[in-house]
Order: sequence, then structure tokens, then C-alpha cells
Amino acid sequence: MIPLSYFLVFAAALFSIGLYGVLARKNAVAILMGVELILNAVLVNVLAFWRYRTPDKLDGQAFAVMVFAVAAAEVAVGLALFISIYRRRNTIAADEIDLLKW
Amino acid sequence: MTTENITWLLPLPPVLAFFLIVLLTNRSRWLSHTLAIGAVLLSFVGSMVVFFRAIGTEHLGEHPITSAVNWFPTGSEWFRIGIWVDPFTAVSLFFVAWTVLMIFIYSVGYHNYGQPKGDHDVPGLPPHGATIKDEHGHEHRVPSIEPMYSRFFAFISLFAFGMYTLVVSDNLLTLFVGWEIMGLCSYLLIGFWYAKTTARAAMIKAFLTTRVGDVFMLLGLAYLYFKVGSLSYEVIFAPETIQRLAELPSVIVGLSAAALIGILIFIGTVGKSAQFPLHVWLPDAMEGPTPVSAMIHAATMVSAGVYLVIRFFPILSAGMEHDSLTPPMLAMAVIGAFTAIFSATIALTQKDIKRVLAYSTISQLGYMVAALGIGAYVAAAFHLITHAFFKALLFLGSGSVIHGMEHGVMHTGEHIDPQDMTNMGGLRKKMPITFWTFLIGGLALSGFPLVTAGFWSKDEILADAFGHGHWAVFLTLALAAFLTAFYTMRQISLSFLGEPRTGAAEHAVESRWTMTFPLAVLAVFAVAAGWVGIPEHFPVVGGLIPNWFHEFVGGTLAEHPETVAFNWIPLLTSLVVALGGLYLGWLVYRGVHAGQADPLQRPLGPVYTVLFRKYYFDELYDLLFVRPAIWLSETFAYLWLDRGLIDGTLHLVARAAFSVGGYLRNWIDKPIVNGFGDFVGESVKSLGRTLRFIQTGRVQQYMVMALVIAFGTLFYYLFFLAQP
Repeated sequence: MIPLSYFLVFAAALFSIGLYGVLARKNAVAILMGVELILNAVLVNVLAFWRYRTPDKLDGQAFAVMVFAVAAAEVAVGLALFISIYRRRNTIAADEIDLLKW
Repeated sequence: MTTENITWLLPLPPVLAFFLIVLLTNRSRWLSHTLAIGAVLLSFVGSMVVFFRAIGTEHLGEHPITSAVNWFPTGSEWFRIGIWVDPFTAVSLFFVAWTVLMIFIYSVGYHNYGQPKGDHDVPGLPPHGATIKDEHGHEHRVPSIEPMYSRFFAFISLFAFGMYTLVVSDNLLTLFVGWEIMGLCSYLLIGFWYAKTTARAAMIKAFLTTRVGDVFMLLGLAYLYFKVGSLSYEVIFAPETIQRLAELPSVIVGLSAAALIGILIFIGTVGKSAQFPLHVWLPDAMEGPTPVSAMIHAATMVSAGVYLVIRFFPILSAGMEHDSLTPPMLAMAVIGAFTAIFSATIALTQKDIKRVLAYSTISQLGYMVAALGIGAYVAAAFHLITHAFFKALLFLGSGSVIHGMEHGVMHTGEHIDPQDMTNMGGLRKKMPITFWTFLIGGLALSGFPLVTAGFWSKDEILADAFGHGHWAVFLTLALAAFLTAFYTMRQISLSFLGEPRTGAAEHAVESRWTMTFPLAVLAVFAVAAGWVGIPEHFPVVGGLIPNWFHEFVGGTLAEHPETVAFNWIPLLTSLVVALGGLYLGWLVYRGVHAGQADPLQRPLGPVYTVLFRKYYFDELYDLLFVRPAIWLSETFAYLWLDRGLIDGTLHLVARAAFSVGGYLRNWIDKPIVNGFGDFVGESVKSLGRTLRFIQTGRVQQYMVMALVIAFGTLFYYLFFLAQP
């Protein structure tokens, strides 16, 4: 059986890739994809810990399904916001969307 | 009813009428004058009852009809008010009741009752006349009704109340109350036509001038009360009180208490009866309507002054030894005689028909005061009463003349003064009743021998002066009598005799019966009032009628005054001065024609101007009192005291406070309080300015920051806090 550390390293790599996408990409859609990667990395962690620590309980699986649903809703809301911003300002570059400043 | 009760009620109807007119009926002219006349008629009837009961009472002088009630407590005692009817009160009531009633009736006609409203009459000005059309379509100017008709009757009712109160009261305080009510009413009535500047000035002048006298009188009353402890006649005129006052030294060395009180009270009379030097108000009081002049100068106010000194005679003469005069009597003799001659000379030159009468009044009042000053008590009282009748008659007559002249002025449309005698002439044919009654009054004033009342009273004064050897007074009064006769005849000649000098005089008409009826009644008294006081030893007519007046009024005094022995010299003197004055007056003024200067003007020269300008007394008082008073108020009090001293002090305080405030502001408020507030605000601001650079609005930078802090916190936690 594959040891737990493999899953954890994979999840950490996935998280780092997602974080890099969020912090470094200009395109807002790409940032959103980065956020999805981070969420998925967390999910991998959750499922791995569930499978290796408490496989006789349903909590981990239920939690994972909940996160999926929330992530899907979040993507829907995020994409709607981006479309709205694009219509008004004709761009979705994150560093140009800077109205909330001093 | 008992005599006491009737006497108590005498002053009541006029004051009720006053309040009713003021409060309720002032819109209805008919109701107002009916109320006023009805009220004085009631008082009149009451007065007559009291008078006739009084003369039927034996020894009224020793036992006057009195009644008194407690008024207000003064310490352990009560101040009592009440009524007092002695012979002098009785005769005063008689003349007051008659003259007041006649004046009230006369006022109805004088204020044009029943005439239409004026075209543009306004309250506060005399009526100017109305235009009416007769049946043929001709327009006529007719007299118009007085706009403030009811108000006039209200005021004179109050006036009558004051006089009745004064006459019937049994103490000097209620007498003073009546006295002051009249002072107020004279103020209101002189200024009745208040829209005229001259009337306003005259009312203030009258009030202030009489006030000077009143203050001294009040001082006298206070001193009397202080010494005796009462103001009731019963107490103060008791022989032992007078004896005590005469021996008591006063605060002024050389004067007894009685003399000081007497002089102070006499100054009150000087103000009220317009004696020199407080005479200036009375001629100006002619600004009022004519019935007012008659009220003030004959029936009431100026008589009140003489009434007071006659009433006060026991104290004034306290300590008199035989023929030596007491200090107050000496003052009265000097001032009275001087006033008599002084104002008679002014009357010689005046042109206004009412002003001549005003100066004549002052002169006649001087007569009475001088008579009292030489101790001729009965003669003074007698002259007071006869004078009241004939002077009321003369004033009402002059009002009738003015009325007739105003009618003429309205007819012709001339712009002349209807009161100026040089504009008159020939009125005897136009106004026969006025002429004959005025003639009777004028003859009484000049002392036309035997028939008129004025002769008997004046003759008695002269006889008294001669009989007691007061030569100076005798000669002065004789000369004044001569001047009186002269200016009276001048007045009659100028207004009634000769030919009309203006169109207005030609078209003058006789006044209506409400005006001529009182004239006729008063004319009867101007003649008949003298018959009650004919001396017994007078040649031919003496003794035909007993000298009732002397017996009756003389009984008021504790010591019955002696009648002076008959002497031909004063009689001849009074005959000569009266007839001579009248004849000369007629001779000089019979042929004055229109536009001619006064015949006296040339022979008298500058003296005439001095007399015409009334010895420049108005100018003198203006210089001595009015201007200093204005200077005192405007320059001294306002500019120096108020603006300079008080305002200066205030400004100084304000400046000091201002500079203290400035210091506090600059050294405490601004640096410390404001500085702290600013420091807090500024530092928050600069902190914000520093921190705002991190708020870029860029979401990725926020995330970097969040990551850095999260890692920082984690690092801190793992390496510092979570040490095993």
C-alpha cells in the first residue's frame, strides 16, 4: 500500500502550484483556477487522512463532498463577477482591478 | 337724611359719572353729558341742602357739623377721614356747586352738541367745522361737534369730584388728595387738544409749576403731622395746638413751628393759585377749552389754593399780636400785593381775550392772598366767592365771544385769530346776551360802585388794609384796582363797543341757550352775591340788609374778627379807582379802528413791549430753569455722566476682560488645548497616511501579505510558543 506521506507530498505540491497561480498570475480566471487547485490539495489531504486514520467513519467523505459543492458554487459566483467586471472595465487583469484602495 | 350723610355723599356722583363715562357710555354723547350733568346736579342739590341747613344752625363756627371714620392705622392710633362743615365750608360749597353746575351746562353748548360731525376733524384738535347743504343747495360752513365730547365730560366730572372732596374734607390729607386730583385733571384738560404743540407744552408747564408748590406743601403737611400727630382740623385748629405750635421753635432759627408750616403751606398756594413767582403756568393754561379755563380759574383749582390759606388762617396767624403780622402773613401780604399789581400791568397789554382774563385772575387772587396777609379773613373769603362768580361769568362770556367769532370766521373764511380782541369790535349788537352779561361781569371785576358784588368785596379788603394801617398794601391794591378797571374797560370796549373791525366780527352770532343760560345765572350772582356782605356802617345802604356774611363766616374763627370802623378814605379811593379806571379805559379804547396799534403803545414805549412780553418771565425761567435742566440732562447727565463716566467705566472693564481673554487664548487655549487636539488629529492622520500605502486595492498583494503574516505567525508559534 502506498504510504500516507506520498499523498501528503502530492497535496503539498498541488497546494504550492495553486498558490503560485493565485499570487503570480495576472488573469483573474487563472487566479480562480489556482484557488481551485488549493481547494483540491486540501481535499486530497482530507481524503488521505480519512482513509489512513479513521476509515470506519463517514465524516471525511461527507466533508469532501461538501467542499466540492462549495467550490463549484464559488466558481460559479466568481466567474459571474468576472463577467460583470469585464463588461464594465473591459479587462479581467487582477492588477488593474484596484478600485478598493486609498 | 342727616346733614352729615348728605355731606359724605357730595363728592360721590361726579366720580361715579367719571367711571361710568370712561368705562361704559363714552360712545354715546347724549348719555355721557346727561350722566355728568345729572351727577353734578345731584351734588348741587345736596350742596344746597347742606348750605341751607348750615346757615340755619346756631353757633356753627364753634360746633361744626362733622363726622369721621377710621381710615388706616398709624401705629397704635388711626388716621381718620371725615367731613367738616363749618360756615366757611358752607359758603364754599355754595359757590362751587353753582359755578360747577353752570360750567357743565355751558360745556354742552360750547362743544357744539347737536351739530354735525366735522369734515376732517380729528381727536386732539379743536373742531374745524362741517359743510352742510340747505334745501336750496347752498353750502354752509357750520360749527362741528367736538370729536372727544364724552372724554371732556369725564374729565370735568373728575375735576368736580376733586373740588368737592377738597371742600368737605375734615383733614389736610384728603384735602391734599382732592388738590392733586385737580392738578391731574387740569393737566389733562389743558392738554385736551393734545395734537396742538402749544397745548402739550402748556399742560406740562402747568403740571410742573404747580408741582413745585405741591412739594413744599407736602413738606409742610409732613412737618405739621410730625409736630402735632394729626392732620384733622379738629386737632390742628384747636386753640391749644395753635398755642403750642406758635411757641415751639422750628428747625429754622427765628421761626416758630407754626410760621414754618404756614410758609410751606403757603408755597403750595403760590403754585396752585398762580402767585408770583409761580404764576407762569396760568396764562398758558388758556390752551384748554374755555369751560376748562372757567373751571380752573374760577370755580375750582385756583380757588382751592386760596381756600387752603383761608382754611389755614388760624395757624398762619398763630402768635399774632394785635396788628403785627406773623412771618407767613407778611410773606402773603408782600407776595399777594405784588402779584396783584404785577399781573394787572401785564393784563393791560394782552390781546387775547382769555389771556387778559387769566392775568386778571392772577391779580385778583393776589388780592385775596394779600387780604389774608393783613388779617382780613372775612374779606378774603368774601372776595374768593364773589370773584368765583364773576370770573366764571367772564370766562364763559369770553368763550361765547370766541364761539361767535369762530362762527364769523367760518362764514367769511378769513384767516384771523378769533380770540384776538383787535379783530373784534361791535359785538354788542350781534351778541346782546353775551354783551350784557359780560358787561355785568366786567363791572363786577372792576368794582363798579354799589350794585356789583366785586365792589363790596374789594371795598372790604381796602377798608381792612386802611383800617389796620397797612399803607403799602392799601396803596398797591388801590393802584391794582385802578389798573383792573382800566383793562376791563379796554377789553369790553375792544370786543363789544365801536364798529366791527373784521368781517368775522360782523358775522358773529349769539350762542345757543345752553351757553347763554349759565351766563345769565352767573350774572345774577355777580351782582347779588355782594349784597350779603354790605358793611353796617356804610352810608345810605348800610344796614338795609344785615352784614350776614361777616357774622356767618367770621364765626369760623375761634376769635370773632372785628369789623373795621367805617372810613371815607378807602371808600372814596375805591370809588375813584373803579370809576376812573373804567372811564379812562373807555376814553382810550372807544375809537380803535381796524389795523390801529394799541393806543398805549406810543406813550408807554419800551415799557409796553416789556409788559406785552410779560416782563420776560417765560424767557427768564427758560434761561434759569429749562435750559439748565436740559443742559443737566443732555450734556451733564447724558454726555458726561452716562457716556463719559458710566460708559467709560464699562468700556474699561470690557477692555480689561478682553485683554485677559486674549492672554488666555494665546497662551493657554491655543498652544495647550488646541495643540493637544491638533496633535491627536495630526498623528492619526499621519499614521493613516503612512499606512495607506499598503492598501493598494490589488487583491494579490493582499494575499501575499496574508501569507507572509500567516507564515510569520506560524513561525513564531512553532519556534517560540510551542517549545516543548
